[in-house]
Order: sequence, then C-alpha cells, then structure tokens
Amino acid sequence: MNAPGLEAAQLRDRVEQLAHRHGISQWDLGASCSSDTSVQVDRGDAKQMKAAQRSALTVRVWNGDGLVGITSTSDLSDEGLERALSGAREASAFGNPDDTPAFSPLATSPLQPLDQPLHQPRNILNLLETLKEAERQLLGRHTAISTVPYNGLAQRSSERIYLNSAGACRQQAQTTASLYLYARAEETGRKPRSAGAVRLAYGATGLDIAGCIDEAAERTISHLDYAPITTGHYTCVFSPEAFLDLIGAFSSLFNARAVLDGVSLSTRESLGEPLACPFFNLHDNGLHPGNIGASSFDGEGTPTQRLALVEAGVIRNFLHSEATARSFGVAPTGHAGMGAKVSVGPDYFEVGPAGAGDPQLAGQAGLDHGTHPGPLVVIDSLSALHAGVKASQGSFSLPFDGWLVRGGERVSIEAATVAGDIRTVLKALIGFEGPAKVTPDGVCPFVWVEGLSVTGEA
Amino acid sequence: MIAPSIPASAPPLQSSGFGAHWRERLDALLSLGRRSGADLVEVFLERTDHLSLLAEQDSITSVSPAFGLGAGIRVFLGRRDGFVSTNDLSDQGLQAALEQALGMLGLVPSPSAANAFAGLTELRDHGLAVKGEWLLRCPTLAEASDRLLEGTARLEQHGRHLQVRRGSYSRDWQEVLVAASDGTFARDIRLHQSLGLNVLAADGEHRASLGRRYGTSDRPDALRDWDPEASALDVCDSVGTMLYADYVEAGQMPAVLANRFGGVIFHEACGHLLETTQVERGTTPFAEMVGQSIAHPSLTAIDEGGTEGAFGSLAMDDEGMEPQRTVLIENGVLRRFLSDRAGEQRTGHPRTGSGRRQGHGFAAASRMRNTFIAAGPHSPEALIASVDRGLYCKSMGGGSVGPTGQFNFAVEEGFLIENGKLTKPVKGATLIGEAKEVMPRISMCANDLELAAGFCGSVSGSIFVTVGQPHIKVDSITVGGR
Repeated sequence: MNAPGLEAAQLRDRVEQLAHRHGISQWDLGASCSSDTSVQVDRGDAKQMKAAQRSALTVRVWNGDGLVGITSTSDLSDEGLERALSGAREASAFGNPDDTPAFSPLATSPLQPLDQPLHQPRNILNLLETLKEAERQLLGRHTAISTVPYNGLAQRSSERIYLNSAGACRQQAQTTASLYLYARAEETGRKPRSAGAVRLAYGATGLDIAGCIDEAAERTISHLDYAPITTGHYTCVFSPEAFLDLIGAFSSLFNARAVLDGVSLSTRESLGEPLACPFFNLHDNGLHPGNIGASSFDGEGTPTQRLALVEAGVIRNFLHSEATARSFGVAPTGHAGMGAKVSVGPDYFEVGPAGAGDPQLAGQAGLDHGTHPGPLVVIDSLSALHAGVKASQGSFSLPFDGWLVRGGERVSIEAATVAGDIRTVLKALIGFEGPAKVTPDGVCPFVWVEGLSVTGEA
Repeated sequence: MIAPSIPASAPPLQSSGFGAHWRERLDALLSLGRRSGADLVEVFLERTDHLSLLAEQDSITSVSPAFGLGAGIRVFLGRRDGFVSTNDLSDQGLQAALEQALGMLGLVPSPSAANAFAGLTELRDHGLAVKGEWLLRCPTLAEASDRLLEGTARLEQHGRHLQVRRGSYSRDWQEVLVAASDGTFARDIRLHQSLGLNVLAADGEHRASLGRRYGTSDRPDALRDWDPEASALDVCDSVGTMLYADYVEAGQMPAVLANRFGGVIFHEACGHLLETTQVERGTTPFAEMVGQSIAHPSLTAIDEGGTEGAFGSLAMDDEGMEPQRTVLIENGVLRRFLSDRAGEQRTGHPRTGSGRRQGHGFAAASRMRNTFIAAGPHSPEALIASVDRGLYCKSMGGGSVGPTGQFNFAVEEGFLIENGKLTKPVKGATLIGEAKEVMPRISMCANDLELAAGFCGSVSGSIFVTVGQPHIKVDSITVGGR
C-alpha cells in the first residue's frame, strides 16, 4: 500500500502547458492522492477488507475579467486535466464579482515543520489479525459484551499539493492509522448499551490498541447499570470530547466566512467583545502534536498556525481565508479550503483556563465530579450534532451518554437530551476540572457548566 | 453577469463511456478472478458529472462542476469479501485492483487455472437510448442560475426580516456498468437534481432558520418545472411563524407528525433496522421477528424503487438487479428485510434490489430507496382533534439512530396541540425514543400520503432516497426541549 505519488514539478509543467494552450494565465490547484486499506471484523471473522487508490484535483482559473471558476476531478490524465481547466474557465463566467478570491500572500511563506513520521504500511492480513485479537480481548472483558458491531482498523498513505501560476508550490506526504471499537452490551431484561473508543497514530504499529480496548470496555461496562433521569435543570460536567464536539458545532462563531455571510452569531463588531466567562481561553492550533494528520498548509497554500480565538472570554480573532482576511484587513490564518467561494474551518481546538495560578482567570478551583455530592450530570459523549444544533441561532438539543452523580454515587443515565444556547453556556461556565486531555479533535479539560436543561424519561 | 449559453457540461457525454469494448476487458478480469479461486467477482464501473450552484441574496456565489470515473472490484470467498476501488481504469490498474482484492482473501492470481466463469450474459441496458441525452437536456448554467436567482428574489418579495436568502441547486449524472461472474451485465444512467431554498430571519434577539429541499430523479426538466413562487411562499410563511416561537417544554406527550418529510422518523428509527447490514451486525431488535407483530396494526410500511421521478427510484440497483417493491411491515407484522448480495449470503434474506452505494469507492450494501408508511383511513384533522395536549410536528429536521436503536429527530417547525386544536408555534423540540417502543404507539394514519426527497448517509456512503408518510399520530413520545 504505497501512495501512487504526485510529482509537483511534473504536474506544474503539464498544467502550465495546457493552461497556455487555452489562454489561461492565472490558475491554482490543489491535488491529492491516497492509498487506504482497512478491515472490519465480526465475532472472530473478517467482515470486510477494503482498499482504495484515490486521486483528486481541484483547479481554479481566473478569466480576463478577474473572475474565478473552478472544476474538480478524479481524472488526473492529460485529458482529465484539460477538461478540468476548460471547465473551470467556462465556470469563471459565473464568478462572483463581489467576492473574488486571489492567491494567498502567504502561499510562499515558510512552513512550520511538523513532526510527522512516515510509516510503512502493514499487510492487510496482518491488520486483520490485529483487529480480530482486539475484538477477542474486548469481548472477553465482560459477559454482557456480546458484539463489537462497529469496529475498524485502517491505514492511509497520502500526498497533497498546492500549486499556483505565481510559483507557489506546497507538498506534504503523510501516513496515518486509526482504530475504533464500539461495543454493544446487553443484560437480560435490560436495554442494550453501547460505547466505544478511537485511537489515531501515524502508522498501525503506533496505535495504542490496549488503551483503546480498555477505554471501550470501561465505557461500555460503566453504562450497564442505568436508570432514567428526571427532567430538570442540572449542573453539567462535559467530558473533554463532549465539550470539543459542542464548540466545534458552533465554530461559525469564529468563522469569518460565516460572519460575512450573515449566518454567524458573531459580527465584525464582535472582535474585542466578551463572549464567555473571563477565565475561558480558546485557540485553534492545527500544529499541536496531538493533531494526527495535521496539514502544514491550507487549501490556498497559507501556512497552518496557532490562533487565539477567545482570550479571557473576549473574542480576539476569526478564522480566515485569503478573501475573508482581505475583507477584514488582516492576514490569512491558514484555515481555507479551496473553491470558487472558499470555505473556512477550524483545525484543532485548545480549550483551557485563561490564567494559570490566577483565581480570577481560572474559574472555580478544586472541581472534582468524582467526589462532588451532586446532583451533577456528567456528559460523556454527545450524539446527533448534525441534527440537534442550530448554529445560526445558537441553540442545541442533543442526546448524550452520561451519568447522574448524586451523594457520591454515579449512575448511568438511561436516555436523555441536553438543551441550551451556546452563548448562555459560555457565560455559565463554572470552571475546569483536571488537566487538559489530548483527543483526536482537540485539547480540553472537563468543563463545568451551570443550569442546563436535561430531558429524561423518569 | 450571466453568460448567455454555456452548456451544463463541457464534454459531449450523450454516448456511453462504457461501450461494447468493455465486455472483453471485463470478461478477462472476471475470468481471472474465478480462475484464482474466488466464488464471485463483481466489477462496478462509474462515470460521473456533477454540477452545483449556490445563490446568496441576489448573486450567484459559487459554481462547482466536477467529473470523475472509477471502479470498485469486490471478490467474495465464502462469507468473506474483499473490496478495492481505484480511479485507474487502465487494464493494468483494474488488474492490480483485482489482485489486491484476491490477496485480501488469501488468493493468488492464477491465470492458467481452470476457468469456472461461463461469461457475461447479454447486456441489460436500462435505457441508454433515452437516457444518453439527459445531460444535454438539463438546464444550462445560465438557465440554472436564473432559476435560482428567481427563487431568492421571491424570498425577498414574500419574506420579512430575512437576513440571509439562499438557493442551491445540485445535478448529479452517473453512468454505471455492473458486471459479475454470475453473468450479471447491466448498464444504467441516473440523473438526480435537487434544489433547496434556505432562509435565516432575525429580528432583535429572535432568530429562525429553515429551508426546504426538493429532489427528483431522471427528469431533465425538473428545474424548469419547479415553482419558485410556491416554494418561496411556503418557506417565508414557515420562517415568519417560527421567528417568534417560544421553546417547547420538555416531557412525554402525544405527537402528530405531518406528512412528506415527517417520514424521516420511520426511515431512521425503523427503516435502517430492516436492512440486512443491521442483521449482520446484530444491531437490530427485529432480526428474528419476521411474521411477528412489531408495530401497531394500523401501520403498513413499504420500500420500493419504482415510483417515477422519485429521488430514491432506480432502474437497477448497484449490483445490477431491478428494484422490487418490498412490503416491510403489513398491518403491524414484519414481512421482509431489505437485502443486497452480501446480505443474502450472510443472513439468508433474499435480495430485494436494494444494493446501493454512493459511488465506486464503496461496496454496495442493503439500503433504502423510496420508503414510506402507507396511507390510512383518517383525515389529518381527525388526528389532531384526538389529542388533548401534545405536539404537532409540521416540519422535521435531521435525525439519527444510535447503535442501540435509540433515535432522535429535530423538529424544525412545531406547534402545540391544545384541546384538539393547533395553538402556538414552538421551537427547539427533539423527538427521542426507540423504534421497538414507538412503533406500537403509531395508532392513527391519515389519508394524505406524500413523499419527500432526502439524502441518507450510512455504511455505503450518501445516497438519494425518498421518505414519506401520511400524517401519523404517536400516542406518546419523549420530547426534548428547554
């Protein structure tokens, strides 16, 4: 399983020749190729083994009027490239004159080095045996765990390129691997329960398989003894994963594209305004070592960087593409995709207290949901974020897995949803608990929030 | 700003990309697979041509064409299978993919072994003569842009406090050729077009956002036939109502779900549990319940792929089989599961023409097509009149079902029912439950069945589907709110 390989100089030569033939003088492109293998198992047998060789290219063309058109293709042959250029030029007739992307002024700036070791891929049959053994171990952790219905072990080798007609040339090669184990447990006369764990690494040999089994088993078993919860308002403690999911669902708060489009709760004037409690910090840092698979540059070739979004509760910066940055009079931040209308998105959040050692900037100290008399609702994981979040309104209503902590005891909650408004949540933070945890989506400690509405079935 | 006559797609695609010369190549590939010891080899070839447009306020802000090609090769050996996808359709590329799939099953390419492959049957061509020119008959970019801008202009005309007006159009053209070592040899062309209108209204602290999506299959003139006036009035009426709605109070209560997209609740909560992929995983509570009652006797549910123009319709599934009309539940009794080739092999449930995939990068799996609850005898008004205090869900948002069968759905547009009448609008509601518990509580079905287009994401990717139902009443359901 080796990535088929993209040769940047050769691709540039081919595109330049074709562009010249079509009278195109300004263009840029993003290209990628990847080779993936993955396995799934079912009670000791192979369920599915998959491999894929993919290639993709998106080219943008500026026409004589300065308008931009785009075309994407999986056909990287000369014929495919020519058709893509031709299609992009035709689409440029429909470019938006009020919002025309340009080359990023940072597309040739130095990149921050990333420590991303490249791993040799393992044979797929070797992956299969590894996953079968992981499944066997997880099934053996508790008699109630009858299946691991969702599981997978995958590895990927990939390369991506950004080129433009002004000479920018970015290239990055990566290898990554992932393991997920979601167990299902059921006891007689009780409802089935399910929970799981995920691990990422730069190669299959680097995966923390034992940790993944331990976490999946612990989380599944911990929800076996459940009880319904009475509907009401509770102090809630979000796990790092759950809080990162929630913040991610409302990332349009910090997205300059969404601000300009009028679909963000923030406006241009929000910069410098308080959004959260004064002890709340939020950064986006795609370069964090915990961000497996980090990109060193965005879809426009801008270097990835660490960016303060909220400091001491105040909005400091927005995420930008080249076009949104130009509109705001700032530099691009390295968060762009590639498109006729360029999308903007976060990389990897860091959540934490504003000031270590300063009580004013750390929230309530000594929080520990394990010893708190309660009642507390600990939200372990949120579900259905795509359906239960109204980002442009700020509201959410989300099912969750979690526990009710009362009188020093912890009982799994049968089924419940938590609802609220993100702005209220950020203002109702009580504090942070414990050290920040490095997760696949970001870095965050446990987060305590006062007075959220929980709907249960009691 | 609008160029006068740019075609919808640059290249001439009126003729098939998968012509007669492919028979020989596929014969050789399938033969090699069988000689090497595979029980069955399947090749799925695909060419695609996609166009999407976005209109915001009164401008076209994004035009995104895309095209592609690829192959997915699946090899079966006993109950196991290996699947490889590639964008390289050269002889070498396809053979390398096949050899990789064989290797996953411990098989070694053996070109000189005895050939157990009898050859491909006559090509079953699902209408190339008619469908070959569909792409060229679709609206040009200029036409599509004009229609979208007409839609956003009507929103401006009819809406109040609209901060954002958006119209989106997507056209997906796909040519597929399926060949398998059981002789299957079939070709089809599919055309899906969808159109959406979305708005965000804001007045002081009050905000509301909602949208409508319309979708058709195999109708090149669908965008031309669309009525932007009616759509804009519908959207503006709803967002105007919801802008000042209060949050719903959480609790257990009866609910009446409107027709059309209300059917998403059955799709997510029950339909997925009737796919053989769920039987294989052991994640459906209905696995051993064929012939048993799983729902209220008033409920009959059907999945089919033949309704003309419906978003989930198809002339053949992605394994080359014509879609059947599958009665899933009849008067509350479970009748059948939706099954694909692997599902039949692993669970024993016969194939139903439901093997579907997003594209060549996915192996086919049992998936829904047009899924709906059948009409009942009641009027919609009778359902509402039967509720003393409950929730009327006029429009549903998205939803999902978890690995233990628990579902949740956002209610995009809701009203309280008080003393048998609709009263004030409410927002923020989520319907929560488990299919096994809720199905017996669907006690009344109205006589106004309608379908609605949607997208379904699952194990074999995102596919075009239709959901549908008449108005239905659920006697009791958990409503999440504030």
